[in-house]
Amino acid sequence: MIADAAVNVAPPADVFRRLQALLSQVPDPEIPVISVLDLGVIRHLLQRPDGTIEVGVAPTYSGCPATPMIKADIVRALVGAGFRVAAVDVLTPPWTSDWITTEGRRKLAAYGIAPPAAAVDSPRRLWQPDPAVACPRCGSMQTAKQSEFGSTPCKALYRCEACLEPFDYFKCI
Amino acid sequence: MTPHCRYVLRLADTNLVLAQRLGEWVGHAPALEEDLGLANVALDLLGQARLLLTHAGELEGRGRDEDQLAYLREESEFLNLTLVEQPNGDFAVTIARQFLFDAWQLASYEALLQSNDAKLAAIAAKAAKESAYHLRYSSGWLIRLGDGTAESHDRMQQALARLWPFTNELFDADDVDRAVAAAGIGPAPDSLATTWARHVDEVLTEATLQKPPPAKFNWYGKQGRHGEHLGYLLAEMQALHRAHPGAIW
Repeated sequence: MIADAAVNVAPPADVFRRLQALLSQVPDPEIPVISVLDLGVIRHLLQRPDGTIEVGVAPTYSGCPATPMIKADIVRALVGAGFRVAAVDVLTPPWTSDWITTEGRRKLAAYGIAPPAAAVDSPRRLWQPDPAVACPRCGSMQTAKQSEFGSTPCKALYRCEACLEPFDYFKCI
Repeated sequence: MTPHCRYVLRLADTNLVLAQRLGEWVGHAPALEEDLGLANVALDLLGQARLLLTHAGELEGRGRDEDQLAYLREESEFLNLTLVEQPNGDFAVTIARQFLFDAWQLASYEALLQSNDAKLAAIAAKAAKESAYHLRYSSGWLIRLGDGTAESHDRMQQALARLWPFTNELFDADDVDRAVAAAGIGPAPDSLATTWARHVDEVLTEATLQKPPPAKFNWYGKQGRHGEHLGYLLAEMQALHRAHPGAIW
């Protein structure tokens, strides 16, 4: 379902703030220390003519199994607070790791996942050498990629050459 | 079915069939990292296939959703490229298939960013980023195995020779391709050949592998004319849904 912005309006400021407060409590199902707001997947919050709140959600990866769960969790949280809610997919522009908030990056690192180390502006940027990634445990820059793919589509597997611990790195995409 | 719909279905089926093939590696890959890697690629391709199948169903306008298209069509109705239905073989064959495909798929998605079909362009914009990662992964393995031991080099070379004939189909235009290219919906297949060959040549050189000689035979999986392997794949993929029609998660 595609959002039709022509008939939807921004909710009143107090409602918007309340929605944001509720969404800041909805965790990412795979990385529960960050919220869906931190992850940058919430693309719009609009009010439809019938009063329904429409939440635009950008999937992180096309096949990420967490996407339907994220939408269901959002609906559950807002319905629980008394809203009528529809969560819709937003494909354009595609989600990018650049949208993870500063707060989200801090929480990722504290959780042991190295946050994306560089900004992305086109797929071809992937051909550049890997950016230097700091170990989330000891902070060393002496780290090496073990595998392009980690425990979820959004992460790669690294190892710290200083403290020898393996860690997940949230990929730049 | 319009050429537009058939074209989107080709893209969808190609991703779906390759996702299913890669899924066969789960639990069997040479190392845990590769088990995860191949499964992650499969997951991306499955996600892309779902978006494309849903779009094809909307274009068709007969009310078929992604599940009906994936699980209730016969072999001859599948329009995937013949390359992706080829069996996994050893790890070298899987990597060669992935590499030859990824280089094509990334070029294809990048061309589709200009599509007149806004939905298709949006799907391609998302998928292109994922494909770039896949190509990085498969290129890396092609180089490691090609420029590895004598044994890994030979097996990589043999894998390329085995799959090379299927690459003709990637760049060979038929009526559907010509119609979508004329309408500005998709790229002319031969327009992708230069980008593809540039990348393939670069990686093969780095991998100390020889480019196989041009193949004389063409395949037509994208027209529904498949080799012997697709039927077995579909039988496994479709069994559950056919035993329990309408089943959903």
